Amino acid sequence: MRAFVIAVFAFLYLPIALVVLFSFNAGHHASEFTGFSVQWYGKALANPFLVEALKNSLFIATTSASLAALCGTAAALGLARVSVRTRAVFDALLGAAIVVPGVVIGISTLVALVQLFGVVNPFLASIWPDGQPPRLALGYGSIIAAHGLFSMALVTMIVGTRLGSLDRNLVEASSDLYATPLTTFRSIVLPQILPAVVAGFLLAFTFSFDDFIVAFFVAGAQTTLPIYVFASIRRGVTPEINAIATIVLVASVLLVVLAQWQLRQRKPSN
Amino acid sequence: MHGSRLRKNLLTAMLLGPATAWLVVFLVLPFIAIAVFSVGERAPEGGYQAAFTFAQYANLPARATAFWNTMVLAPVGALACLLVAYPVAYYLALRAPQRWRLILLALVVIPFWTSLLMRTYAWMYVLGGRGIPALLAYIGFEDVRLINTPGAVLLGIVYGYLPLMILPIYVSLERLDRRLLEASADLGATPLSTFLGVTLKLSLPGVMTGFSLVMILLLGEYLIPTLLGGGKVFFIGNALVDLFLQSRNWPFGSAIAITLVLVSVVVLIAANRISTRVSGARRVDLI
Repeated sequence: MRAFVIAVFAFLYLPIALVVLFSFNAGHHASEFTGFSVQWYGKALANPFLVEALKNSLFIATTSASLAALCGTAAALGLARVSVRTRAVFDALLGAAIVVPGVVIGISTLVALVQLFGVVNPFLASIWPDGQPPRLALGYGSIIAAHGLFSMALVTMIVGTRLGSLDRNLVEASSDLYATPLTTFRSIVLPQILPAVVAGFLLAFTFSFDDFIVAFFVAGAQTTLPIYVFASIRRGVTPEINAIATIVLVASVLLVVLAQWQLRQRKPSN
Repeated sequence: MHGSRLRKNLLTAMLLGPATAWLVVFLVLPFIAIAVFSVGERAPEGGYQAAFTFAQYANLPARATAFWNTMVLAPVGALACLLVAYPVAYYLALRAPQRWRLILLALVVIPFWTSLLMRTYAWMYVLGGRGIPALLAYIGFEDVRLINTPGAVLLGIVYGYLPLMILPIYVSLERLDRRLLEASADLGATPLSTFLGVTLKLSLPGVMTGFSLVMILLLGEYLIPTLLGGGKVFFIGNALVDLFLQSRNWPFGSAIAITLVLVSVVVLIAANRISTRVSGARRVDLI
C-alpha cells in the first residue's frame, strides 16, 4: 500500500514539476532540456497583455476576497444569533453557492446581469440631465460579485465552524466580569476567530485568482490571467506559458500553505 | 427590555444583511432568471424572447452527444477517482506515522487549491507530441497518440479531482473508532471481512460525499475536455459555452443548465440516501 501511495503522490506532483523544470529551459523544445535560463520569465513579464491580465486578476482577487471576508465573517456571527430554521435556510443557500458548478454560476450571473442592465441603462439615460450617462456593463464588478459569492459562502462556513468550537465559558466569564458586549467581542471572540478569517481570505483570494470558468462568462471586455492563459494555450504550448504557470502555481501554493498554517494556529484543544 | 431586544434584532439583521443581499442577487435571482429563460424562445438575433414553451426541453436530444459523454465520463471518472483515492485516504488515516500525517494531508490539499487550468495544462504538456509520445518514439513506438482522446480526458479528471475525493474519505476514516476494528478481529473476523463490514461501511458517508461532489463538478466541467479532449470529447460544459458565448441561443442553454442542476440534485439526494441507509450517518462536512 505504501508503494501505491508514493506512486499517487508522484502522479500528483510530477506533471507540475515538469512544467516548472521546463520553464527554466534555455531551448524552445519541451523534449530536451538544453540548459538553465530565465529568458521565458523575462519574455512573459515583457508582454504588456499578460501584465495587464495579471494586474486585473490581482485587483479582482484582492477586492472580492476582502468583501467576502467582511460579509462572510459578519454572516457567521449573525448566524450564531438566529433560529435553527433560519440557519438551515441560510446553510442550504451557502451550500448551493459552493456546490453548484462554476459553469452554471457563470451563465446564470451573465443572464441575470444582462437582463438587469437592459432595464437600468435606458432608465439611467432617461433621467440623466445632460452629457454622457453612465452605462453599466460586464467587467470588474461582475467578476468580483460572482467570485465573491463562492468566497463569501466559504468564509462563512470556515468562520462558522471556528465559532462553533469557541469556548463559551470565556464569553460568559467576560460578561460576568461586566465587560460590554463590544469588549467581549474584541478581546475574546475576535482573537479566536481571526485565524479562520485570515485563512478564509487567503483561500478566497486563491479561488478568485485561479478561477477561469466563472470569469469566462461574466468578464465582458476584461481579461483575467486565467482567461489570457487559456487563450494562449489554445494557440499552442510555449515555454512562456510554462513560466506564467510556474509563477501562478508558486503563488497559489504559498497562499494555501499560509492559509492551512493559519487554520492550525491557536486551534482550541478539546 | 423591549428596546434591548430590538437592538439585538437590528444587529443580527445588520450582520446578515450583506450576505443575504449577495445570495439573493447573485444566486437566487440568477437561478430564477435561467429558469424563466428556459421556457422562453430565442430572439431572431440571438438572446432571449419572452414565451412559455417547453420546446427548449424537447430539443435537449439535439445535444445528445454532449449529454452522453458527460453522463458516461462523470460517473466513470468519479469511480476511477474513488478507486485511486480510497487506498491513499486509508493509508493517511490509519497507517501513516503520526508525524507524517499532517504533511501528507497538506500535500493532498495543495493541488486542490491550485489552478485547475495550470494543472490540466501540465498534462497537455506531458501527453502532447513532445512529451510522453516523444519518449515512446525514442524507444521505438512511433506515432502513439495520447492527447485528444477520451483516455486523456479520464486521466485529467482523476488528476484534477483526486484531492477532493481523498479529503472526505480521510475525514470519515479518521473519525472511525479503532476499538471496533480490534473488536472485529477479536471476534474472529478475517481482515477482509473486518474491512468490508466495519471500515468500508463506516467510511461510506465520506465515500458518498466525495463521489457526489466530484460527480457534480464533473457534470459542469469545461476545461478538462476542452484542453485534453481537443474538441473531440464534448461535455455539457462545452455545449453551454457554445450556446451562451458563440451561437447565443440563451433559452436552449438555460434549459440545459436547469437540467444539469436537476441531475446534480438527484445525485446529491441519492448519495445521502445510500450513506444514511448503509451506515446510518449523513454526509461529511469538509470544512
